[in-house]
Amino acid sequence: MLGSGGDGRRSVAVALLSTIVFLVVAGVVISHAPGWQVVHRTFFSWTYFKSTFPEIASAFLLNCKIFSISECFILTFALLLAVLRSLPGPVFFPLRALAIVYADFFRGVPTILVIAILGFGAPGLELTGVPTSVVFWGIVSLVLVYSAYVSEVYRAGIESVHPSQEAAARSLGLTRGQTLRKVILPQAVRRVIPPLLNDFIGLQKDTALVGTLGAIEAFNQASIDTNATFNYTAYLAAALLFVAITIPLARFTDWMIARDRRRRQAQGVFA
Amino acid sequence: MSTAAALEIEGLRKSFGQNLVLDGIDLSVGEHEVICLIGASGSGKSTLLRCLNLLEPVDAGRIVVAGEEITRRGVDVNQVRRRIGIVFQAFNLFPHMSVLENVTLAPRLALRKHRGEAEAQARALLDRFGLSDKVEAYPDHLSGGQQQRVAIVRALAMQPRLMLLDEVTSALDPELVAEVLDVIGELAAGGMTMVIATHEMGFARDIATRVCFLDDGVILEQGPPEQMFNSPREPRTQQFLQRIVSARRL
Repeated sequence: MLGSGGDGRRSVAVALLSTIVFLVVAGVVISHAPGWQVVHRTFFSWTYFKSTFPEIASAFLLNCKIFSISECFILTFALLLAVLRSLPGPVFFPLRALAIVYADFFRGVPTILVIAILGFGAPGLELTGVPTSVVFWGIVSLVLVYSAYVSEVYRAGIESVHPSQEAAARSLGLTRGQTLRKVILPQAVRRVIPPLLNDFIGLQKDTALVGTLGAIEAFNQASIDTNATFNYTAYLAAALLFVAITIPLARFTDWMIARDRRRRQAQGVFA
Repeated sequence: MSTAAALEIEGLRKSFGQNLVLDGIDLSVGEHEVICLIGASGSGKSTLLRCLNLLEPVDAGRIVVAGEEITRRGVDVNQVRRRIGIVFQAFNLFPHMSVLENVTLAPRLALRKHRGEAEAQARALLDRFGLSDKVEAYPDHLSGGQQQRVAIVRALAMQPRLMLLDEVTSALDPELVAEVLDVIGELAAGGMTMVIATHEMGFARDIATRVCFLDDGVILEQGPPEQMFNSPREPRTQQFLQRIVSARRL
């Protein structure tokens, strides 16, 4: 990325210098803006940061919990949807159609609407045995919405496996299910890990939407702090926490994509 | 013929949409026979082999393997395929599995063999075909010739009664063709019944007990290799062989 070989060190030095120059210029421009004093007080108050950060950080654990639980269900449910959609033959048309309608619908509706409808509506039914926890319904909503996206990612993976692989497996006497499990899916999933990680990043951010239902997660805690102090530094603290998770995830995704590309190129040499 | 033929094909027809590929194939193959299918690209050789393995549903006609009609309604296709091995032009090894896993997958899943038994059998087969040092290798790290030999071993691991080979050397570099043909020669010497689609006429002449010339979806002419290559009767066969000779492939 920064160049290689003998030029490596020079490239790094140039990149470093240009970054520093950019940051200094940006810093000077912003700090000399007419409204800077006010913005500095209301968004970058070290005092408020220190006082609100611990509460927000512990609220952020709820975001992590929502993220982890949702992700497990999404990965499973989305795979099921993708497999349903890839079933061949006229017999399975209803299942395929159902999977298509599902993906279209939940990719078309804004996530915040699904969360609002389920989060406020479902507990209102007062059905016995149905949880009334907003976190529960927040997770259900995220699973419903993200499964639609992730199933498309899986489907792209399944379709990228050449039909000759299925022919080879079936010709050996493997059943359709065995072929899917042992030959198609392992290859498909391997290929879509980078785009899957991309959706992970989106999900981690969208856990903040559950706060709209009243769950005290990082964003909601920050709102409460802001309303109490008339100072917005709390939002910055929440943003930092999200970024601390999503940026490493994004770097990891890029690293995986690059590694994948290198491998594929290495394969080309042998093929 | 006193006993049931290894393979009996009657009036086999197959089309893809408007395109009629097989227009009434009749062929009877005895035990231990090696049939070589020759003919131009698009003459239906590959489609015929894929039909024999039920990878393509047939439109009309019957296929009988060792006395059992496999084209009847309600046949267990998985059961049928376990007894018929097929090897493809493009190898089609499973790239995410080692050589050993490629070879043991079907015996373990389809024949319910224990891992130890399947692996011992796989190692013996790989050893027999000079692949014992590639057991743990992945397909991407093998040459084309090695991949194709593994594909043959993978089919053999199911202990098929009949092997179908679909232009198995066509995707190989010329210097790798011999090692694969040697393997097939060894199978023939061991008495394996085979139907082979091939463009390697020299090989067909050496190995075939009978050569069938496919043209426009029918077997236009068939006979022992000497007769087919030295004195073909049909003008179309003569034309085809003439083209092969002028392309220096015979």
